Amino acid sequence: MILWELFLGFFEVGCFSFGGAYSSIPIIRDVVSAYGWLNDDMLTYMIAVSESTPGPIMVNLATYVGSTQAGWLGAIIATFAVVLPAFIIILTITVLLKNALKNKYIQAVLNGLVPCIIGIILATASFMVINNIISINADIFINMQAFVITVILFCICFTSRKLRKKSVSSIFLIIIAACLGILIF
Amino acid sequence: MKLLLNLFFTFFKIGLFTFGGGYAMIPIIEQDCVEKKQWITHDDMLNLTVIAESTPGPIAINCATFVGYRQKGLIGSIVSTIGIILPSFIVIYFISIYLDNFLEITIIANAFKGIKIAVGVLILDVVINMISKMSKKPLSLIIMISSFLVMFLINIFAWNFSSVSLLIIAAAVNLVIFLVKENINSKGGAVK
Repeated sequence: MILWELFLGFFEVGCFSFGGAYSSIPIIRDVVSAYGWLNDDMLTYMIAVSESTPGPIMVNLATYVGSTQAGWLGAIIATFAVVLPAFIIILTITVLLKNALKNKYIQAVLNGLVPCIIGIILATASFMVINNIISINADIFINMQAFVITVILFCICFTSRKLRKKSVSSIFLIIIAACLGILIF
Repeated sequence: MKLLLNLFFTFFKIGLFTFGGGYAMIPIIEQDCVEKKQWITHDDMLNLTVIAESTPGPIAINCATFVGYRQKGLIGSIVSTIGIILPSFIVIYFISIYLDNFLEITIIANAFKGIKIAVGVLILDVVINMISKMSKKPLSLIIMISSFLVMFLINIFAWNFSSVSLLIIAAAVNLVIFLVKENINSKGGAVK
């Protein structure tokens, strides 16, 4: 049963994760929290582990969740499931439908998917950023340390884009954030 | 057989030395598959990048599947794909077994509180870049803003509604509107 859930959950992740590593995190977060496999803290931890180990983040997360939920068999099934959609789609495009991506109906579907994914990523990212700073339990509580770190990190991203004309290296930002975390919290 | 082993070990090596995944892998794949082994051409590589961007899944997997198929058909694509994921599979599998309670050490816990903030900021940085590149047609903007609002509410109230259903709805809405428009256009053409 858990094996089937692992397959289903990570197949979903594999089907809908467009773009680079960080843009797939909102979809992964959605699936792993719906099944109760990882909470936000563990997910952050695994993202940091994935950054410092080889391989795409979503493959790493699939292996990790599969292994912690159902041992080596779970690890194999979850990894297999997350890779399968990409494998099938690329194979179909190279073998059968060389011009599939130029087809107007497929374009119409993709043109619907892309803005929706962007909206989802934007919502999850802003929620994550706000949630780190403001916690609402009985009353509203603003975490000043987290606020300061957030502002510093945003400044780094912004200056990198303005001055170096490229986005900041994720590993660099994570290391800075870890140091700030140790210093400030 | 020799070619299969060659594919396997080349992609195993690429998988082993690419940290973080994503676009960082492209130059390494290009160096190995285009320049050294000449398995695919530079144009193939460009096409592949475009395909990889508009289809789901990590770019590394897309490249391995494509190159493997070009060289040795279905079996080649399977061998290459396994080759590229095997290193990370082995590493993470051992981490999942041996590393536990790592987060209970205070310094490390604090470091991860900082990293948690960085992850949010990084995703936001990536998505702002995506928005600046996306098409600014009214329909695209409407889909983006409404899915943003729905997803934000889902997050706040912890509703039980998956983002995948949202994606399917968006794709369906866009397809239907496209079909309706096409239908109107073709009728308009007939009247003329």
